[in-house]
Amino acid sequence: MKIAVLSGKGGTGKTLVSVNLAAVAKAASYLDCDVEEPNGHLFFKPTDVEETEVNVKIALVDQELCNGCRKCVEFCKFNALAYVKDRLIIFEDVCHSCGGCMLVCPQQALTEKNKPIGKIQSGRSDRVQVNSGILNTGEATGIPLINKLLEDNKENAADLTLIDCPPGSACIVMESIKDADYCILVAEPTLFGVHNFNMVYELVNLFDKPFGAVLNKCQADDNPAEAFCKKNNIKILARIPFDRELGTLNSNGKIASREWEKYRALFTDLLETVVEEVKA
Amino acid sequence: MKIAIPVNEKNMQTDICESFGRAPYYLIYDTEKDEATFIDNSAATSTGGAGIKAAQVIVDSGAKILLTPRCGEKAANVLMAADIKLFKSIPATAQANIDAYLTNKLDPLDEIHAGFHGHGGN
Repeated sequence: MKIAVLSGKGGTGKTLVSVNLAAVAKAASYLDCDVEEPNGHLFFKPTDVEETEVNVKIALVDQELCNGCRKCVEFCKFNALAYVKDRLIIFEDVCHSCGGCMLVCPQQALTEKNKPIGKIQSGRSDRVQVNSGILNTGEATGIPLINKLLEDNKENAADLTLIDCPPGSACIVMESIKDADYCILVAEPTLFGVHNFNMVYELVNLFDKPFGAVLNKCQADDNPAEAFCKKNNIKILARIPFDRELGTLNSNGKIASREWEKYRALFTDLLETVVEEVKA
Repeated sequence: MKIAIPVNEKNMQTDICESFGRAPYYLIYDTEKDEATFIDNSAATSTGGAGIKAAQVIVDSGAKILLTPRCGEKAANVLMAADIKLFKSIPATAQANIDAYLTNKLDPLDEIHAGFHGHGGN
């Protein structure tokens, strides 16, 4: 069972929820797909860590073979190629690894080379397999890292996988939820939070994913996120209180459900609720 | 010698386009023939890499001088590979910019920005 945890806005509690759900499970894989700023490992502090470099293929030209026909320049929809003074110029950070230039080159002057974009760090934390995607600074897209995380997880998956998604609702989030059986949308009680919550709400509907909401940082006041859920008939799976002590644990890199019975119970209940939702 | 300028309209009184890569047209002015031609910028609607494609258009036009308010890093790489010299245009008409260049009143463009990549300008 694969459960993706997402939220439109950053800082609403995706990592809090996904880390704690993985921590209360009998056995789980935790995939940190927030590859631009992975932080799940700060909580799990995995041991026996192994690293794998992740590469993408980018165009490489043999100037000797190139006859200057420019078919590749015309073909490239990303404009990663230019032909100046009898030389083909390749902009490596514009290349999208599509391989099209190789196909259209009549001279076989174009091949591919590996370009590292980041790494995957894997380790164990108690009963949790912790796999984090770490994108190199300045890279345009972390999608190949997310694909690798999801692919590797197919081979040696625990029964339960928690996918900690990047914030937002763009391609990188779509990639993270594509294999998920269920999506947990984490919402915070602000108007800004609700605006971005609506974006992921539209996304999971578009992808036809079953989903429910976790309301984080709940206080006694009116909760615009709760109002949004009621208006749209979104199932509220759990409410996490605005709690200074939880905040302190979190900011010290502690996993609340491993430290505190109250939160172990809260996340155990949440996990049971989600499992029932998936089976229903 | 040919001078290229990103412009908003196809006439000599046009403003200079603020964006090099996404200008609708380029004015190519041939100083020997005193002849102006306007070419469409096929890169103007590119989703990405507009500067690179636009620079290719300028290279292919045979221009050796480009008068532009600004220019991105990747476009500049292509232009410099073709030995095209960049000068900073002034906020005036295309004709006024050509006159200014021909009387050595324009400064070389030495600020090359890292590109906007969908994040707008300014």
